[in-house]
Amino acid sequence: MLDIIISIFLVLGAGFALVGSIGLVRLPDFYTRLHGPTKATTLGLGGLLIASMIYFSSRGDVSLHELLVTLFLFMTAPVSAHLLAKAALHLRVRSEIDLPGDEQSKP
Amino acid sequence: MLANAILIALSLVILALVLNIWRVVIGPDITDRILALDTLYINSIALLVLLGIHMASSVYFEAALLIAMIGFIGTAALCKYLLRGDIIE
Repeated sequence: MLDIIISIFLVLGAGFALVGSIGLVRLPDFYTRLHGPTKATTLGLGGLLIASMIYFSSRGDVSLHELLVTLFLFMTAPVSAHLLAKAALHLRVRSEIDLPGDEQSKP
Repeated sequence: MLANAILIALSLVILALVLNIWRVVIGPDITDRILALDTLYINSIALLVLLGIHMASSVYFEAALLIAMIGFIGTAALCKYLLRGDIIE
């Protein structure tokens, strides 16, 4: 029974990580590409870490190391996404639609 | 059951890593490459967690935690360099 739960979490987590990477490759410009990895991949890693927590807890002692990685990742993913968006706005990376505050740079 | 699930998850994560490396190679802007490197380290943490379950050893967690910390610091330093032209002012 526990094996089935762990397997479901593993395949779901790896599937979400793959969906995030497919979004990184397929989406048209940088600001839309930012959505795939920062949300889907972080969620997928959360699923994998839950599976690992259940697996190591079922083998003996309660294992809470994974909570450290999960907490750290869920705190730092939005911060790095915000920094990347700020850097892209600063460098005026090409966008599919008009960005706010960019009107005076156009002829 | 569990061994098959680990194999499926490993192949999905490896495919995700290959897609990330593809974006690092073709990325038209430098921010695309930084974003792809960011995703690359998150997916490598997933690979390490899967290897830890596969080999039933908890040694891989310290490596995963270290990669999480150093990867975030690297992304933050690269973005700071792009924004300000300097990392520590």
